[in-house]
Amino acid sequence: MKRFQGQRADAASTEGEERRPGNDRPPAARDRRPRRPPSPTAPFATSDSPWRVRRRRIAGLGFHLLCALSAVVGVVALAVLLTEVFAEGLGELDIAFLTSFASRIPERAGIKGALAGSLWMLALTAAISFPLGVGAAIYLEEYAPKSWITRAIQTNIANLAGVPSIVYGLLGLALFVRMLALGRSVLAGALTLSLLILPVIILASQEAIRAVPDSIRQAAYGLGATRWQALRMQVLPMALPGILTGTILALSRAVGETAPLIMIGALSFVAFTPRGPLDQFTVLPLQIFNWVSRPQEEFRQLAAGAIIVLLAVLLLMNAAAILLRNRHQQRV
Amino acid sequence: MATTHNIDTRGSAPALEAHNLSVFYAANQAVKNVSLVVPTHKVVALIGPSGCGKSTLLRCFNRMNDLVLDARIEGEVLFHGQNLYDREIDPVEVRRRIGMVFQKPNPFPKSVYDNTAFGPRVQGYHGDMDALVEDSLRAAALWEEVSDRLGDSAYTLSGGQQQRLCIARTLAVKPEVVLMDEPASALDPVATQKIEDLIWELKQRYTIVIVTHNMQQAARISDYTAFLYMGELIEYGSTDTIFTNPTEERTEAYVTGRFG
Ligand SMILES: Nc1ncnc2c1ncn2[C@@H]1O[C@H](COP(=O)(O)OP(=O)(O)OP(=O)(O)O)[C@@H](O)[C@H]1O
Ligand SMILES: [Mg+2]
Repeated sequence: MKRFQGQRADAASTEGEERRPGNDRPPAARDRRPRRPPSPTAPFATSDSPWRVRRRRIAGLGFHLLCALSAVVGVVALAVLLTEVFAEGLGELDIAFLTSFASRIPERAGIKGALAGSLWMLALTAAISFPLGVGAAIYLEEYAPKSWITRAIQTNIANLAGVPSIVYGLLGLALFVRMLALGRSVLAGALTLSLLILPVIILASQEAIRAVPDSIRQAAYGLGATRWQALRMQVLPMALPGILTGTILALSRAVGETAPLIMIGALSFVAFTPRGPLDQFTVLPLQIFNWVSRPQEEFRQLAAGAIIVLLAVLLLMNAAAILLRNRHQQRV
Repeated sequence: MATTHNIDTRGSAPALEAHNLSVFYAANQAVKNVSLVVPTHKVVALIGPSGCGKSTLLRCFNRMNDLVLDARIEGEVLFHGQNLYDREIDPVEVRRRIGMVFQKPNPFPKSVYDNTAFGPRVQGYHGDMDALVEDSLRAAALWEEVSDRLGDSAYTLSGGQQQRLCIARTLAVKPEVVLMDEPASALDPVATQKIEDLIWELKQRYTIVIVTHNMQQAARISDYTAFLYMGELIEYGSTDTIFTNPTEERTEAYVTGRFG
């Protein structure tokens, strides 16, 4: 212990400083510096020179500024984007915009079909992916034997989370649209999007389950709880806020997806709302895509209006995630 | 090598008996061929240097080692003459009869009431839960301090109160044996004193096996003391004998603080 401190003081006084360029302290001041480790009576005594202390502070401040700058860049970019969109699209926003179907005549066009399609998609995707994802996470964390198969599955899930969404579109086209003959239906789309976000939900849920301290499980088992009771009554309630947050964030990704739905052949011009999971559909991002690809300025404005609605949906979802998380934290 | 250590159990039947018990973590043997008898309604202290296998041995008594991956157990633990490791024995049932209190207080992030009621609930208790909760909290000498805040989160209690809550929660399932792994190691002297008084009380109705690093504590609260060293049971006997007149050189060295 003593030798260790001695070594440290030594390293600080010799190597550390002489190597550093710009060390302009006069040598005299250096010799007066105590060579021994700081005495226990002066808790804040340090073998560092004031110059070094200042340097450390400047480095700290520099890093602080760098982080602040990155944050500002993000916020400014978002602000510019939003003002642009709002300037263009705010005029479009009224009840008629929400209650009219798409139309070739810009003045009459609205997003009723797309909004309804998006909500259908959201509900179905949530209903499919949440139980599957959480179930898979529970199995992998709590039940799966720690074998190479489990490890292989785990690695694959992590990889799947990084697969481009268009690839899921291809899979959905082959599997759901063709093989299961679901056609270009809401259900086929929701299944495809569920596949897309499943890895994210599984990973987030696993993370949340793993974050529950082992001492809680031990306590439950020690009181004679079965595995399922420990899981249901202690582990899952503690993991739930994390699971819900992960799921909602994954769902908001699904709501914004376009490519896989184009792939499975979702329509981009729809003048009806789906009445069942087997109906055809379009979604907001597709509607937006369709409108911006038209030459007329009016359609560009319609697209901006639709973007605002889409953003509102996403913000609502994120707000819901935060609310759910806070509610659960308070109950603890 | 230690095989059987006979203690004088006249006047009280054995609650737990370990016979040639060995525990392996993968290739590492943490408990080596230990045999000992825990008499009913007595306090048995397990002492020994860190890493000697006290916790591992303790966990064998209510099959908590089942939860440790790649832990392997040889030998047997008899509870009323029944081997806890028999194929037809349900570990959940074992833990319902043999409770455990851990080193660090580990209350659930729930109210004081729900913490205490958890055990009875999972075991399908249908009686008067309020009364059971109150009884258990009283038995753990905590009732006076928490009777007006049963709905508060257990996390708002002090460390010592949390540990007594964990004891109360264990008592609520009415076990026959209570295993305690250094229950007072995270507590200050006052809280420790309360836990020790409590153990003294509980001994009337429960059989207690306690792991402790504190020699004085072992001497104060236990009837029998087992000294483990590197997974072996070096010596087991009445606490008086172990602390004043041990047979083994190493036991004497350890209890007098010369090594460990
Ligand atoms: N889960 C585990 N996996 C692998 N090895 C373990 C595990 N738990 C304990 N061991 C090993 O078993 C041996 C005994 O550990 P144990 O926890 O029983 O010691 P202990 O006497 O309780 O020590 P302490 O007084 O520090 O709590 C140690 O060598 C330890 O490293
Ligand atoms: Mg231990």
